[in-house]
This record gives sequence, structure tokens and C-alpha cells, in this order.
Amino acid sequence: MLFVQIRKHFSTNGAKPFILHVQASFAPGFTVLFGPSGAGKSTLLDCIAGLQQPDAGEIRLEEEIFFNAACRINTSPQRREIAYVFQSLALFPHLSVEQNIRYGLAKLAVSEQRNRVENIATAFHIAGFLRRRPADLSGGEKQRVALARALVTRPRVLLLDEPLTGLDVSLRRSILEDLRAWNEAHRIPILYVTHNREEVDAIGEHVLTLADGRVQESGTPRAILDAPRSVPLAQAAGFENVLRATVAEHRPADGVMRVALQGDACEIEIPLGEAGPGSEIRVAIRAGDILLATEAPHFLSARNILPGTIESVETRGVLVQVRVKAGAAFLVHVTPGAVRSLGLAPGQLVWLVIKTHSCHLVR
Amino acid sequence: MNTEALLLSLRLAVTVSLLLLVLAMPLAYALAFFQWRGKFLMESIVALPLVLPPTVLGFYALIALGPHGLLGKIWQSLFGHPLAFTFAGLVIASLVYSLPFAVQPLVVSFELLDRRLLDASAILGAGRMRTFFRVILPLAWPGVLTSLVLSFAHTLGEFGVVLMVGGNLPGVTRTVSIDIYDRVQSLDYAGAQQTALLLLVVCFVVLSIVYGVNRRVWSPWPAK
Repeated sequence: MLFVQIRKHFSTNGAKPFILHVQASFAPGFTVLFGPSGAGKSTLLDCIAGLQQPDAGEIRLEEEIFFNAACRINTSPQRREIAYVFQSLALFPHLSVEQNIRYGLAKLAVSEQRNRVENIATAFHIAGFLRRRPADLSGGEKQRVALARALVTRPRVLLLDEPLTGLDVSLRRSILEDLRAWNEAHRIPILYVTHNREEVDAIGEHVLTLADGRVQESGTPRAILDAPRSVPLAQAAGFENVLRATVAEHRPADGVMRVALQGDACEIEIPLGEAGPGSEIRVAIRAGDILLATEAPHFLSARNILPGTIESVETRGVLVQVRVKAGAAFLVHVTPGAVRSLGLAPGQLVWLVIKTHSCHLVR
Repeated sequence: MNTEALLLSLRLAVTVSLLLLVLAMPLAYALAFFQWRGKFLMESIVALPLVLPPTVLGFYALIALGPHGLLGKIWQSLFGHPLAFTFAGLVIASLVYSLPFAVQPLVVSFELLDRRLLDASAILGAGRMRTFFRVILPLAWPGVLTSLVLSFAHTLGEFGVVLMVGGNLPGVTRTVSIDIYDRVQSLDYAGAQQTALLLLVVCFVVLSIVYGVNRRVWSPWPAK
């Protein structure tokens, strides 16, 4: 178990100072650090690795203290036995793949070095190009080498800062599978930074959300990312519609409240939340959670049915983005088939159908 | 052509540029990788020989190396003879004179390195020395080459400082540029011309090597 409780203050020129203030513990296995860019995710990893020093607090692995401001303990990164894969990967460009992997094994006997390189190269499928330089590798190969170089040292904690950005889904999945297999055998805390929703779902044991230097929530991906509680997190989690609204009325018996969307008298019903009547809130709705109808629908359980006009229809691969003006501006995702059968086109009158529980209260 | 003077200048330039390489490394390392109060003072001191008239530098060097100067006294007590007007005295004065040309390309090439590579080295357990020799030096080699070549060329052609500190002793302190000056004084233009042309060619070739290798490291010309 890795325990982190730190504070670090950054003075910025003119703008308001950024404060990283995190208290969290990380069990063996994957923890996804999720949050918008600038939330402090990479700084947190740097502090755990010992590359940056917090102003106050403590970082320890079980009983071993890496950092303690009060006791003036600050173990150097060399002695923490932590592995860290940077977003840029930072492979040594002048060394071959094998030399890169061996770099962290300098203290071991040569035979042991050879052994470990061989094993890790097999596990991460890089045995075929040990003699090549990083410049001669593809993106996915580089990422595999960076992981191998980090894991060959048998670290006690693994820090991954968006290590799989820019890879296509199948490649990402296969590298994640290798990483998962490795973790089955070693069981150490793995902190995985990403702002990619798909990666969260693919790894998904435990998620910790960070925004503005603070931990927002911690739990399973489903519990957290399906009901984000702050605007930047909602945007990062893929909620395309984040609408300003004012709470109009509480209906505790039904477990709902009615809110008025800004700019229009249009009201919708959302689950009852901690916001009193009259307070300003935001409502997050996924574009994929909204249905479109070309006639006024009847006999539906959905409580929110809003008339509106299509402003634009844009095809993006197998997804069609429809912008609808219905008081507020909504973004709706539909399939190309739906566009064809309904004959959706700009200027057309449509009805938006939104279930109460597809609407999320966001602060 | 005065071969004796040419060989002396070459010996001086090789000695100085090699010594400077060793001296400039830790200085450049400190300037590139650490932030400390008063760092600007160190930067000013290192850059001073760039703007200081060589006669001023030579004058103070002469005082320091002389029998009453600190360096001169220490040298006298160690080796039993004075430092001024010797080859060793020339080397010491030239070290100061060419220091900025050795330090600056190193600082620039160190600063151009991706810091994450150094972080990666530390995370993988390498201390400062190992990081320096396995990562920094191999990746900053254009800067090292530039540093070596520039301090060599700069020392080869120095005049004012040599004249002040070394005088004009054939085979000991009489360098090529002094030789050229002497010949002009005695109206031997043909002799001066030969040596001057040789120096011109050497300096041009040296700079061509530097810019051919990497113009980003040290150049008065804007990067393209």
C-alpha cells in the first residue's frame, strides 16, 4: 500500500497560484488517475517518484518513508525503487533497445542482467528488435520498450503517465494485456494517468479523479465517470452537453427536481441533488443518451421531451453529430441509419427525449 | 615562416583547449542545471573575457603571475622559478582568456537536452556521475566538440594577453601572432603574409567544422 498525503504550492505569474493538495492511498493493482489536463496528475507522479519535492506532508510505501517534510526525510529517486514511464517515454536515443533496458540493471551481475532482459523482452514482445535504436521503432514498439525498461528493474511502485497515448485501440489493448499479465505475477501499486475515457474502461479497477490539484472522488469507473460532479471532470469524462440551469422546484416524493435551463423558459426534470431552489447549477448529459423523434412522442416513460430545431447534421465516421436548438443548444449522437430513416436535415422540427437519470447534476 | 613560433602556438592551443575542456565541464554543468542566488555573477565572470580588452586582462594576469602576485608566489615556492614570462604563465593566462569560448557551447548544449532523459536516468538508479557520462556527455557531444575547437582557435590567435604576460621570448612565449606583429614592425611583409594566411585558413576551417556539425550550439547567426 502506497500512502500519499502532500501539499505543494506553485506560484504562477499573475494568475492565481496552483496548489496540489492530495491525500490518497494506493493498493496493489491499477489505480487510474483521471482528470482534465492541468489538474496536477503529472506533478503528483513526480512527487511520488522524488523528482519534485512537496512543501509539506508524507509519502510512504508500507512503513518505509520516502518523504516526510516534518522529519526532513526525502529519499532520492535513485533509492525509491519506483518505475516511471513518462508521457514522452524518454528512451535514451543514443542507446540500443537492449542498452536502454539494461540501463537500470547496472548493479547486477552480467549474467543476471542478460536473464532479466531476455525474460522481459519475451513478456513484452520486443525480443525481435533489441539491437535497434529508439528512432527506428514504431510508436507501439517504443511504448513496449519503455514499459520493459521500467519493469525489468522489479520496481515496488509503477507510475505510468499516459504511456499509451496515440496508439490505436487494438494495439493499446494488447499492450494493456501484457501489462495486466505482468501485474498478476508482481502485484504492486500501479498509478495510471490518463484523460482517455476508453483507457479507464479498459483498465478499470479503481479510479481517482483529480481536478484543480485536489482529489475529487475515488471509486469504480462506473460510479465515478458516469456521474461526474464537476464541470471539468464532466467534460473529460465525455459529457458533451454541460448546460447552465437554475433549480426551480424540489419534488422529494418523486426523488426529482425541476430545473430551468438558462436562456429559455424550458424546464427539465433531473434526479434530486444537493442544490436548493433558486441555486445555479449545471446539468451534464451525454450526447449518446438523448433520443431524437420527428413527431411529438406519446406513451413514453422518459420525463423530458423538448421540441427543437435541427441546426446542423455532421457525419464523423460511423457517428453523426446533430446540433439541436431547443431553448439551449444540445449535441445529439445518432447513427447514419437513423439519419437516413428519419431524413434528418437542418431546419427540421424534432423532439429531444431525455430520461431523468441521464441528467447529472454538476457543480 | 617561423616554424618555431607556429609549433609553440599549436602546443599552447592544444594544452589550453584540453585543460579548458576539463575545467569548463563542471562550470557549465553548474550553470546549466542548477539555479542559485548569484548565478548571474558567475555568468558575468565567465563572460568577462569576451568584452574585456586583452591588455586589461593581460595586465592583471601579469600582476597575479608576477613575483609579488598570489599565483606567482605559490608557483615560486613550489617550483623555485617565477611564473611570468614562461610557457606555464602563458597557459594560465590563456585559460582565463578563452574560458567563455569553452563554457558557453557546453552550457547551451546541456540546456538543449531533454530534462526527462535525466529524470529517467535518476529513476533507473543512476547517480549524477553515471548520468553525466552515460547520458549527458554522449548527447551533448556537438557542444563538447564546439567547445574544444573554439577554445583551440581562440588561443591559437591570441595576441594582447600573450604580449603582456609572456613578452617575446623565442621558443618560450613567442607565438605566431607575436611573430606576425614583429615582422610587420621590421617591414618583412612577405613573412607576415605567409603566417597570417596560414592562421586565416586554420580559423576558417575550424569554424566550418563547428557549423557543419551543429550550428545551434554556438553561433552569432540566427538558427534557420
